[in-house]
Amino acid sequence: MTIEVNHQPVEARPGEYILDVLKRNGIHVPTLCHMKDRFPSGACRMCLVELEGSGRLITSCSYPVEEGMKVLTHSPKVVEARKTILELLLADHPDDCLYCVRNGNCGLQKLSLNLGVRERKIRGQKKELHLDRSSASIVRDPDKCILCGRCVRVCEEVMGVSAIDFINRGSNTVIGTAYNMGLNTSSCVNCGQCILVCPTGALSEKNQFGEIRQALDDPEKTVVVQYAPAISVSLAEEIGMEPGKDVNGILNAALRKIGFDYVFDTSMSADLTIMEESAELIKRVKKGENLPLITSCCPAWIKFAEEFYPDFLPRISTCKSPQQMMGAVIKSFWAKQTGIVPENIYSVSIMPCTAKKFEGQREEMMQGGLPDVDAVLTTRELAGFIHMYGVDMHRLEPEMTDSPLGARSTAGKIFGASGGVAEAAIRTAYYKLTGKELAQFRIPEVRGFKGRKETRININGLDLGVAGVSGLGNARELLDEIRNGRDDIHFIEIMACPGGCINGGGQHIGADNEAIRARSCALYEIDDREPIKVSHKNPDVVDLYSRFLGKPLGERSHALLHTSYQERYVLK
Amino acid sequence: MEVKEILREYPKNGRSNLIPILQEIQERQGYLSREAVKEVGEYLSLPASKIFGVATFYNQFRFEPRGKYHIQVCRGTACHVLGSATVLEELEKTLKIKPGQTTRDGLFSLEVVACIGACGLAPVISINGEFHARVTAASIHQTIEQLKNGEVQS
Ligand code: SF4
Ligand code: SF4
Ligand code: SF4
Ligand code: FES
Ligand code: FES
Repeated sequence: MTIEVNHQPVEARPGEYILDVLKRNGIHVPTLCHMKDRFPSGACRMCLVELEGSGRLITSCSYPVEEGMKVLTHSPKVVEARKTILELLLADHPDDCLYCVRNGNCGLQKLSLNLGVRERKIRGQKKELHLDRSSASIVRDPDKCILCGRCVRVCEEVMGVSAIDFINRGSNTVIGTAYNMGLNTSSCVNCGQCILVCPTGALSEKNQFGEIRQALDDPEKTVVVQYAPAISVSLAEEIGMEPGKDVNGILNAALRKIGFDYVFDTSMSADLTIMEESAELIKRVKKGENLPLITSCCPAWIKFAEEFYPDFLPRISTCKSPQQMMGAVIKSFWAKQTGIVPENIYSVSIMPCTAKKFEGQREEMMQGGLPDVDAVLTTRELAGFIHMYGVDMHRLEPEMTDSPLGARSTAGKIFGASGGVAEAAIRTAYYKLTGKELAQFRIPEVRGFKGRKETRININGLDLGVAGVSGLGNARELLDEIRNGRDDIHFIEIMACPGGCINGGGQHIGADNEAIRARSCALYEIDDREPIKVSHKNPDVVDLYSRFLGKPLGERSHALLHTSYQERYVLK
Repeated sequence: MEVKEILREYPKNGRSNLIPILQEIQERQGYLSREAVKEVGEYLSLPASKIFGVATFYNQFRFEPRGKYHIQVCRGTACHVLGSATVLEELEKTLKIKPGQTTRDGLFSLEVVACIGACGLAPVISINGEFHARVTAASIHQTIEQLKNGEVQS
């Protein structure tokens, strides 16, 4: 059908919303509450357009096209109305842009610039609500909240957690938890997906800059850093480069410029995870117990399981996550190798993830009173560090990671994408069971962005069901099937964030699907390009077992690399 | 236990009966406890945050048990005209709580109600069902002090 936009005929498909037609035709209309591919809520009214003739203002995000309809997207009436809406939103907004985490990447700043709002016309009463810093991962500043509802929807519709909702009514409305509890005692799993969709500084990660800078300045401390597999392919946008560009070499260089004494790649301990987890899988399949084996790398999933699926805890791998394994090995094996006492090692990790901050502080993640990992930075915070220390990423020569513990396989690297852990585990399990390598390392059935991927793998007559899910809402569905008796799956990889860590809650804010795809492509390109494609061939992993750990699931591994989980009682 | 009994009367799942259920619980238990909300959530398959959100949308629900002295302030028209707002303000200030809340020592709780049918006595408050007529900021302050002192002595 044809509609008319700004006096020009435009093709539209019956049933679609006006906003989608506009977007396709390159006409930009501002939105605040709108979320791509989700049912419109029509809450913010920022996307108003005018119906020619009647002069009615309608919300383009939630109004379906009609044959012969004529809309104006930037008539004086529309522009005035949008301005007024923005002015009302700003009326009680704290003007702390200078001190705000979202300075420079804020929906409100952008709107006031684009709509030409350059002074405060409407003055409302400031709310002065309570800042919630209770969580190890997330900070909530309700004063900056414009009640667009996007966080509530992600938390409910994508994550299946519903930790937060609209509380009270009218001018007292806030976003909050049940009984206004701190986020730390709520059912929040720390995934940070709400931060990614928040247009303002109302949601952000808990920052650990101060501590880390102190450690960097402390001559007593040896400051080591590890970065997750997803980091090198997701930092680009934060430092003004193309989405998906792999900056691994210059990242190593930048971290040394900032002052980190030793630089490691968490992909190495991802390989270690695979060694342990594939041994676990084989053991459980042979015994036929506690199946399906479910991965444990994602701390948001772990907290989710402890709260909502405690009956599944025995099936979750006892492996610590790669972050914690690396931390544990650094303060034991590596400390011994280098002769640095663990007390003087300050261990930082850079993660695409806010939940990793929580994980780092879990009491299970300690040895001899020392935490495996001392502080966790998100990708965004890493960029902050790079800028703070004046490192020009465009003028750095690539460098290598430190050794020992510096080598990685690409199996560890693809952990960054949903399905990657499953793929890596299958590669190594196949070798352990057959003594041979897979003829074809690629397992396309578990790759990609579908919320759930399933496949069957035949290893010497052993028929294994394998699933990879991302988005905890999708995990819920699969786990419920299993609760209801489904028993043909032996191994499940669960990542809380849709698409996996490349789309983690600590990543660049404003990345679209294309950018996230580019990150995924970058990981699989590395897998195609580099020679060591299986965890059991990572020379540093082999070396670590022969010199220190013994064998997978052995005594040392058990003490350092494995953990346990407990049911968590929260109001949910 | 009580909550389970109430829930039994309603079909499982779905939001449509949420308000009547919450009302009934509050009627029997005086407020909506976390335990009650948890049970309702499990029964109706609703997250606690959602139930809390819906319940706070209406003014009638309390989330803390009532105090030993439950004070209801009438905000009906007659009382309003004769200054119930000042009375409420005074109460909030002396007790350091908002309507719907209970003081930490469990002594006082505050509630705002519509006309309680004693307009001739306006502005009127009720303490544990007993009407106090033509209250002023000063008189209410005194009443509170008396109740507090009584507690100390006994
Ligand atoms: S961090 Fe995740 S679980 Fe917590 S409130 Fe945000 S979206 Fe919900
Ligand atoms: S916290 Fe952010 S995403 Fe959530 S309602 Fe407020 S402004 Fe919107
Ligand atoms: S999927 Fe990755 S980024 Fe997201 S919560 Fe889990 S570990 Fe963190
Ligand atoms: S974007 Fe359309 S109403 Fe918010
Ligand atoms: S208005 Fe207060 S008793 Fe009627």
